[in-house]
Amino acid sequence: MRILSLRALITSRGMKVKVLCRNPDDYVRETTRDIQRVPRNYDPTIHPFEVSREYTRALNATKLERIFAKPFVASLDGHRDGINCLAKHAKTLSVVLSGACDGEVKIWNLSKRECMRTIQAHEGFVRGICSRFCGSSFFTVGDDKTVKQWNMEPPGRGLQEEPLNTILGKAVYTGIDHHQTEGTFATCGQTVDIWDEQRSSPIRSFSWGVDSFSCVRYNPVETELLASCASDRSIILYDMRESAPLKKIIMQLRSNTLCWNPMEAYNFTCSNEDYNLYTYDMRRLDVPVTVHMDHVSAVLDVDYSPTGKEFVSASFDKTIRIFPKNSGHSREVYHTKRMQHVICVKWSADNKYILSGSDEMNIRLWKANASEKLGLLTPREKAALNYNQKLRDKFQHHPQVRRIARHRHLPRDLFKQKRELREMKEARRRKAQNVRKHSKPGSVPLVTEKEKHVVSVVE
Amino acid sequence: MAREERRRNEERNRKGVKAVPATMAGGGNNEEELSPDDEHIISASEEEDGSDDESKHAKLLEAISSLGKRKRMKRTERSEASVQVSEFSVNADGTGEKVNLSDLLGTMDKTPGAPNKTKQQLKNLQNRKETLELPLSKQQTEKIQREVAYDKSSKEVSRWETVITQNQKAEQLVFPLRQDPTGPKRMEQVVAGWKAKTPLEKEIFSLLHSNNQPIHDPLLTPAEEASIKAMSLEEAKIRQAEFRKARVLQSYYEAKARRERKIKSKKYHKLQKKAKVKAFLKQFDEMMKTDPAGALEELKKMELSRMQERMSLKHQNSGKWAKSKAIMAKYDDAARKAMQEQLEMNKQLTQKLVVPSDDDDDEERNVEEADALPDFVNDPEPILDSVNPWMRGKLTQEHSEPEVTAVATETAVETKDEGQNGQREDEEEEENEEEKLLREFERKRKLRQDEDDDLVPVPQEEKQVIPVDVAEAEEVAGENVIQISDDEDKEEEEEEVVVSEFNSLFNRLMKSSSVPPVPEQTGAEEAELLDEGLVRVRTMDDLEALQQDVVMDTTQPAPASATPAPSMETTSEPPKKKKKKKGIDPNEVLTKEAKVIKMPLAPTVVEEEEEEVHAEQTAIIKEAFAGDDVISDFLKDKRKQEKAGQAEVVDLTLPGWGEWGGVGLKPSKRKRRKFRLKAPAPPLRKDQNLPDVIISEKRNSSVANHQVSQLPFPFQNSTQFESCVRFPVGQTWNTQTTFRKLTAPKVVTKMGAIIEPMSKEDLPPVKESSGAGSGATIVLGEKVEEETKKARRRNPLQKKKKKSRQ
Repeated sequence: MRILSLRALITSRGMKVKVLCRNPDDYVRETTRDIQRVPRNYDPTIHPFEVSREYTRALNATKLERIFAKPFVASLDGHRDGINCLAKHAKTLSVVLSGACDGEVKIWNLSKRECMRTIQAHEGFVRGICSRFCGSSFFTVGDDKTVKQWNMEPPGRGLQEEPLNTILGKAVYTGIDHHQTEGTFATCGQTVDIWDEQRSSPIRSFSWGVDSFSCVRYNPVETELLASCASDRSIILYDMRESAPLKKIIMQLRSNTLCWNPMEAYNFTCSNEDYNLYTYDMRRLDVPVTVHMDHVSAVLDVDYSPTGKEFVSASFDKTIRIFPKNSGHSREVYHTKRMQHVICVKWSADNKYILSGSDEMNIRLWKANASEKLGLLTPREKAALNYNQKLRDKFQHHPQVRRIARHRHLPRDLFKQKRELREMKEARRRKAQNVRKHSKPGSVPLVTEKEKHVVSVVE
Repeated sequence: MAREERRRNEERNRKGVKAVPATMAGGGNNEEELSPDDEHIISASEEEDGSDDESKHAKLLEAISSLGKRKRMKRTERSEASVQVSEFSVNADGTGEKVNLSDLLGTMDKTPGAPNKTKQQLKNLQNRKETLELPLSKQQTEKIQREVAYDKSSKEVSRWETVITQNQKAEQLVFPLRQDPTGPKRMEQVVAGWKAKTPLEKEIFSLLHSNNQPIHDPLLTPAEEASIKAMSLEEAKIRQAEFRKARVLQSYYEAKARRERKIKSKKYHKLQKKAKVKAFLKQFDEMMKTDPAGALEELKKMELSRMQERMSLKHQNSGKWAKSKAIMAKYDDAARKAMQEQLEMNKQLTQKLVVPSDDDDDEERNVEEADALPDFVNDPEPILDSVNPWMRGKLTQEHSEPEVTAVATETAVETKDEGQNGQREDEEEEENEEEKLLREFERKRKLRQDEDDDLVPVPQEEKQVIPVDVAEAEEVAGENVIQISDDEDKEEEEEEVVVSEFNSLFNRLMKSSSVPPVPEQTGAEEAELLDEGLVRVRTMDDLEALQQDVVMDTTQPAPASATPAPSMETTSEPPKKKKKKKGIDPNEVLTKEAKVIKMPLAPTVVEEEEEEVHAEQTAIIKEAFAGDDVISDFLKDKRKQEKAGQAEVVDLTLPGWGEWGGVGLKPSKRKRRKFRLKAPAPPLRKDQNLPDVIISEKRNSSVANHQVSQLPFPFQNSTQFESCVRFPVGQTWNTQTTFRKLTAPKVVTKMGAIIEPMSKEDLPPVKESSGAGSGATIVLGEKVEEETKKARRRNPLQKKKKKSRQ
């Protein structure tokens, strides 16, 4: 009102009015197909509310991210028993191999979401499966004490599925992994054996006073190194070129599987029976680098993202969790009503998808980034997504943003279990505190969470 | 019988199939001889089975049993056959006996070939009587082995540490790490990837191979190939870019030189000359220090040239240009001025030299000057003879000086676009870098070429400083400056005055050695300068002098521009005066303080009218806000808030306790004093001393929900965190490129590309020797693959850096 009256006054008096004069070339489009020209003055003094505006945008971005978070992509069904192992094709993104508890191996085409081939590979479980580094064939081990090599190509019409090679061993093999660049592979069972593909007996076999191993994995970077998990709660490191193992850590509970970081030669993560995952630096084994907690039951499998920034873990608690490699807690949890105990999990080689094989005979395909839009993006979309991501990062410490970003739905029993565990942990901590308080100072040392879980390091 | 027969058949089968390896050990021929016999026996028996010949039957049985027996025996012998019977039909005599060391040593003496030294050593060994130490237990040796192996491998793994830390620190990681270089592939690579498929192709290839024909021409010379191998792709690109730049610069320079040669503009040559003079002067100064004799000679040379100048008729306003100007001078101010200047120049040049020994006189003169113009005497820079460009110490000022004069002469203030202003500045800045490069180039060339000339080319300062000046000028006085510089250009164009370099130089040298004489004329000009719009002189670099100017010129009001003036007095004084005049203080009316916007704005209103406009404005404001009593409202509000914040007294007195109670009875004073509780005084209000501000110190819960209560982890103090948040990222506040840079994602992956784990190629190249050749026979494809691998090999971080630079 005031302004209006002022203006009226000014005009009535015939005052000199200051008028801005602009050149239409600066703001008029030449054709309607051009982008609208938006003249901007970036002077910070004339933008006093930039922080609050960005905050609002960040809040909206976070909300949208949660709204679009629909990670489940597809379910591949066809197995007639629980899936025991998964493997990625070394050279093709769309091909995945799976082995079931009834000895069946299926080869899947992910883009078509259908089974391409079914092989009755073993009697009993298929314990391990791995692709050759060139992707021309794959190996399976099973409960029938055999190692079989199969051609990746299907046999001709009318021909039966026959393994290229079969090696009959003395004991059950529980795991297999192939070398990154050479024609050698490693199996584990009662011993850890290194095989040459051309020979029917192992070129080297390591044993260090344990009766059985559950997992063996080659280091993808330093390709001569191996690590294995043994049933005596130990993790043992090997060098393929040496005759003896390198070192052994004994933990409080057994580790089920482990996975090397594909971008960091000396780091590996193991999934443990005590609901946690542990990342170790192989040069300092006495204390894990990070303890990753969040699962509420034994962790059965772990796999690193190909970028080495994150890893995914499968657990007996029917969930999959994604952890940043250096964070103690997960950034994401995936579950569905129908998914039972997740036995095996893999992160696809293009860093986009996660595959999980579970007890109830299904392989599930998830997005690695829950709210990511699949398919091609226009540059503007990309820029907007990047900006939103940046905003979320920038304002991640603000309580509202954090609250929205961190909220996840959990099934009721899982939620309860989690609460229970938290209470137990708190009680244990309190007790330790009390004991320390009531004993002679210094007699009960403070043990950090990291130190708790390693029993000893054996040289 | 039937059972018998079946058994027989079985036997036969077994012999036929399984006896083969058994007999192989013994000797091949045996078997062949044997088998027809058996056949014969069996067939005979079958024939004679019909007749019940007991004896024959028994014989048969015997034969069969013997047959089975023998076979079984052979089977058992199989593994030990080689012990008795050697492959080379030599019987080993002492099989099973152990060979002792002494047996071997015994022969040592007899063999003539053995060196004496070893014989001696052996003898010594035999004579030694000490007992050997027990070897370490198996566990211990294994442990040692393990330790050694572990150390080795952990050391090996540690090589990756640098790469890993780099990747962790990297702003952006691009996966896959080793991406194929973009652009067209080399011929060999294409050829290597291609395989002959059709039969015709295969045939041709086989022919080519059989004739040892080269399948491809080497596209690169061996030297080139070696260089490509030696450096990574990244380096190669950089190198190539450098070459390209140098080539472009060179061609540019050449073109420029050609152009320069053709230029007819006198102004241009004049400028060139100026530069030369300046360079020479510099050199001369140096010479004075280093080589006084040489300097003296130079001085003499200059003297001579000066004499020549005096003799000639230069600067007499008698040239063609001068004549034309003389006609124009009647109407054109600038022309008149130019002529004047030239005359002045003439005066100076033809002046008799002042003898430098007259120190006293100089001092006196100094005093006189001080009387006349007290402000300028103390100045370190003699601006007094501003008109004469040759009197200046720096070339930069030489440029700035005409600006002043231009301002002085200029009466009407013209207004022009602001946009043009900014544009110009930008262009100048852009040019500057390019020019710098070129100048450097030029200098090098000149140094090479003009060695005899002894002239140092144009120093960089000259042009570098100009844009800065312009920028400053623009900041302070808006767009007028540009206009001025335009004028300057014009003026310079007009000035056709050609001063012989040595002449002026000499003049200047003389002046620098003596105290600069102050001609009255220049003083007069200075006064004139001050009279006319001195405010704009702020564009000059000499700030002190300018301030003094402003102080001197109090009569003129400061222009009401939005820009804050650098001097405090000018800005602070006028508003105070206004305050007194006005009925309503705008500061009181507008409770929120207006932000001062620092923007180069063109003065849109002519300054003369400013005063009356102000008066009118105040009147209008008065009229408009006549009904409002904003101030009193505000004060009331504030008082209320203050009261609300004050501590209240709580009265806890209860009637009747310890005294009589009832209607009309009040609790005693003592009791009231005892039970009236005063809350502690609240802390002082922040706005206590600010009469026109209300600061609410209440915590706003709705806002608090959105505020960070604790310092987040990676930050060490709150200011760090705040600065991180304060800096906006969006497109609204940043230019497109900055926006893109700021929002670059941390991890970039390529769609549909497999991200391979890091491989040894990603290690920084410490061990290059490991990639040595893999044998003599290398197929073409393999070789090319190796090459491509090498070409691809590069530090992943380098790429990242490059990415972030983009």
